[in-house]
Amino acid sequence: MAEPVLEIRGLRIALPKDSDRAEAVSGVSFSVAAGEIVCLVGESGSGKSVIAFSAMGLLPKSLPVVSGTIALQGENLVGASEYRLRELRCTRMGMIFQEPMTALNPVMRCGDQIDEVLRAHTQLAAAVRREKIIAMIAQVHLPDPVRMVDSFPHQLSGGQRQRIMIAMALVLGPSLLIADEPTTALDVTTQAQILKLIRELQRDRGTGVLFITHDFGVVAEIADRVAVLQYGELVEMGPTAQILSAPQHPYTRMLIASVPSHTPPARPPVAGAGDAIVLSTEALAKTYSTAGLFGGARKVDAARDVSIEIRKGETLGIVGESGSGKSTVARCIARLIDPSGGKILLCGTDIARMPAGRLRELRHKVQIVFQDPYRSLNPRRTVGESIIEGPMNYGLARHDALERSRKLMELVRLDPGALERYPHQFSGGQRQRICIARALAMEPELLIADEAVSALDVSVQAQVLKLLEEIRHSLHLAVLFITHDLRVAAQVCDKVAVMSKGIVVEYGPAEQVFRAPQHEYTRALFDAAPGRGFEFAAA
Amino acid sequence: MSAVPSMIVEAPAVTARKPGAWLRLLHNPSVLIGALLFALIALMGIAAPLLSSIDPGAINPSNRNKTPGYETSERDDEGRKITRKAIMGTDSLGRDIYTRVVYGARVSLIVGITVSVLSVVAGLAIGLFAGYFRWLDGVVMRVMDGLMAIPAILLAIALVSLSGASMMTVIVAVAIPEIPRVVRLVRAIVLSIREEPYVEAAISVGTPAVKVLWRHVLPNTIAPLIVQATFICGSAILLEAILSFLGVGIPPETPTWGNIMAEGRSLFQVYPHNILYPGAFLTLTVLAINMLGDGLRDTLDPRMSKRL
Amino acid sequence: MWNYIGRRILATLPVLLIVAVLVFLMLRLTPGDPAAVIAGDAATSQDVAEIRAKLGLDRPVVTQFFIWIGRGLQGDFGESFFYKKTVASLIADRIEPTLALATLTIILATLIAVPLGTLAAYRQGSWIDRIVMGISVIGFSVPVFVIGYVLIYVFALQLGWFPVQGYQRLADGFGGFLHRLILPSITLAMVYVALLARMTRTSVLEVLNEDYVRTARAKGLPNLKVLVFHALRNAAVPIVTVIGIGIAVLIGGVVVTESVYNIPGLGRLTVDAVLARDYPTVQAVILLFSFAYVVINLAIDLMYTVLDPRIRY
Repeated sequence: MAEPVLEIRGLRIALPKDSDRAEAVSGVSFSVAAGEIVCLVGESGSGKSVIAFSAMGLLPKSLPVVSGTIALQGENLVGASEYRLRELRCTRMGMIFQEPMTALNPVMRCGDQIDEVLRAHTQLAAAVRREKIIAMIAQVHLPDPVRMVDSFPHQLSGGQRQRIMIAMALVLGPSLLIADEPTTALDVTTQAQILKLIRELQRDRGTGVLFITHDFGVVAEIADRVAVLQYGELVEMGPTAQILSAPQHPYTRMLIASVPSHTPPARPPVAGAGDAIVLSTEALAKTYSTAGLFGGARKVDAARDVSIEIRKGETLGIVGESGSGKSTVARCIARLIDPSGGKILLCGTDIARMPAGRLRELRHKVQIVFQDPYRSLNPRRTVGESIIEGPMNYGLARHDALERSRKLMELVRLDPGALERYPHQFSGGQRQRICIARALAMEPELLIADEAVSALDVSVQAQVLKLLEEIRHSLHLAVLFITHDLRVAAQVCDKVAVMSKGIVVEYGPAEQVFRAPQHEYTRALFDAAPGRGFEFAAA
Repeated sequence: MSAVPSMIVEAPAVTARKPGAWLRLLHNPSVLIGALLFALIALMGIAAPLLSSIDPGAINPSNRNKTPGYETSERDDEGRKITRKAIMGTDSLGRDIYTRVVYGARVSLIVGITVSVLSVVAGLAIGLFAGYFRWLDGVVMRVMDGLMAIPAILLAIALVSLSGASMMTVIVAVAIPEIPRVVRLVRAIVLSIREEPYVEAAISVGTPAVKVLWRHVLPNTIAPLIVQATFICGSAILLEAILSFLGVGIPPETPTWGNIMAEGRSLFQVYPHNILYPGAFLTLTVLAINMLGDGLRDTLDPRMSKRL
Repeated sequence: MWNYIGRRILATLPVLLIVAVLVFLMLRLTPGDPAAVIAGDAATSQDVAEIRAKLGLDRPVVTQFFIWIGRGLQGDFGESFFYKKTVASLIADRIEPTLALATLTIILATLIAVPLGTLAAYRQGSWIDRIVMGISVIGFSVPVFVIGYVLIYVFALQLGWFPVQGYQRLADGFGGFLHRLILPSITLAMVYVALLARMTRTSVLEVLNEDYVRTARAKGLPNLKVLVFHALRNAAVPIVTVIGIGIAVLIGGVVVTESVYNIPGLGRLTVDAVLARDYPTVQAVILLFSFAYVVINLAIDLMYTVLDPRIRY
């Protein structure tokens, strides 16, 4: 075998003194060959991104490499001068990042940003450079490359910006491409296209790719080999098929088992036809209008003509990409925003236009759990105070409210003694459990989970999903589950509404929608889901 | 599911509470030096009668315009001759500058502290409601924009000269231009906190608006306001001195640092000490307060540094 | 873009109106009879009545406001009680020194503060950073007139490099004009430098944490290029904004500096007019300064369209 493009041996990187462990990376060794894609997989805090940045020499001073070597085509980068590292960047190693929306300089034209690479590393004349840039933009399949050169980043979509980033990283034909979660911030359909593009360019050019991800779907889609990281240590490495189908290490096994299957399980019909309808909407609409000075007002339909229905004990999923209007619907139903049209029937009462005073009596019936566990709890109040706030608003005595919150803590599998503690003393998953407890303290009829597990690591996600299922079952709750993640939706929903551009394009039993999607958009969405052909839960 | 116990796979939570912000203040040199200096100057103002036995307003025609270190002599009630060293010299009316500087600290500190309390309380009330209730916002903020467009010194000069010079009018005149700045700060905080999911969660568990403001929004304004109040105190002291210096502030017979300097202006080229001594004390006081403010901001509210 | 420009200009109008109302009300809301206040203690009741008629005080307040602002818009702010000429001609006489002083100060302060602030951000935590931040705290703390007198004492009285006080018109020779303007400008620039250096530092620091700065480094660009083309270029909007906000501080400083250096500008005029209870002049000057502040900040808002393409399109 030829010399690997990247070879990392015994890499140790220290963490600052007051961290929860001594090293970000503890003795990791692996290599990336030319023309190969190696995926570095791990949950948050596993040190995967630290390894990526160390190879580029972009680590902050607070994370020093303690020992080990990072060899780029045989040349050790550990201890290389800043000048040498600069020379190597983009010429022999390029990098793309997670956030295409912020990774490009907003005040500089896209072409100029690529041009900077050429000017820094080559002596080419302006006309030659421009030609090269346009050719490269064409290679990443951006429409109208000549116009693209002169456009500013904000005029492009997230996927297009990531293509510009790829063009920038590959314009000088480096032998190594480091991709740090390049598709995590993108919608699933865009993600599929970007993955395809990376695959294509990498094959054509024989580039070695170090691909950082937390998503086993993406791994199944793109990787030749996989390295699994846990707490800075490499626990398992091998060819993709082998790791995914026959993982050896218990951590890898647990991770892969936590990935929800794309096929809905057979679910007993939880909600009989006779069960009461907890919530229904009729032609619900939300329009945002910005008053323009010239040319009149601009109107955006965030949601239009949404009619859904949830019965007691049933989970309705709303699935869609960002901007589809799924969260708008959830927030209208919770009356955090005022709908601009239609009806919201909560246990038969229309609350769509109910004034705040009367609404207060009904608020406890609908509770919501938000996406970001770090911002959902007031950091200055103990979790106990946060949980009892609602019941006390409705006249429950403090003592009784505390009693209820202790029971709920047990229900969400947390120590009731922890009620005295502050949110920062809990992990993300624990905080999400606390938020569920706070919602349940109101004894709601309907629980809305607005991307409630999206910010969690896959193993934690599995636990929280399991908890939600148990609660729905034992309390016979109606649940409105908002998610962009098709796998999650397949596992927890009885019925699914697929939204696109503010309207519900497909609505039906989950099993039916996933097995035989009718609408064109639904089919495209399902096709784009990464690692679809791979049945993880079977592992 | 595998047999891995649930809590092991989750990232370990931060177990130890970070040391309290108030404790961290003691480790900030800027806070320590600023607070110490400020305390010394405050002590000087409080103990003024002990530091000098002379009446700060006492005019002595025979001791006019003496340079620092001059020995003055006078007779006390029983006719005994007392010699006294005028360590900072005397002004053109023969008043002892040292005594006037010591007493001047009182006025500066009273003005500084009263103005910062007044403007923060008023600004907080206006800002909270303007930020939370949208219908109020438009009107209130336009008025605040208008107030802010009038340069503070001009606004204060005009207000004082129209309502007659007194300590009270100076305090009000200096506080008014500060209010819009506090309102803007509070409003910005309210607007950003309103968007926090924990506030939305509080709304959806039926917490009334006033309680949401009190419980969830108000506590977030305290640290930035303490910082802001410190800076207001400093700039109020400066502004009061400027008003006095220009002759449109507190009546000239009151010993304030600005008044001492105003009095010394005409003879500055010959007797610079009339301006330099009170100037030094004024600078030191404001410097102490600003250092305190900087340190407080860095410790209590690191994000605020971007708002100046 | 035209939409943005139109909206900014429209948004400025109510502010200007409110400023005018506030300045107008200032005189009307004072306790007692403004005419009596203006006339002074020695005035006869006939004098007071005369002044009242002259100011239109016998008419309803709203009418008075519109008469005043209507005339003001045509450049007619009445006649100065003290100087016995029209306020407009008084302002015209005094505007040159103030404009010169302010312009030189802004140029000086920007040239000093922006590089200092950028350097401090780039070397965050180093001795350079500490010195810049130290200068900035001191700049905020020393009163303008104390700086002025110290500078006069050292550079004019002791060293004799500059004249002590006074102003020379531009028409009488550029050399003398500049020579007499340097000390006042440095005096006035201190607080501006403090403000601007600090804001530059904060903005650049913030931008240095942005993803696109990381991208620029990943491209292998030299540090200076990253600093200037990516960091400073993106920090331009907040820096320019502070230059605009600082105009308020500058105007306050002008009033004091002109008094210290005996410069016959609008600042001196304000103080003299206040001391002489010459209210038509006071109103006009405050209105002028405030309008200038609002208009300059409007101009800066419009400049964003050049600095930030996200606003341009």
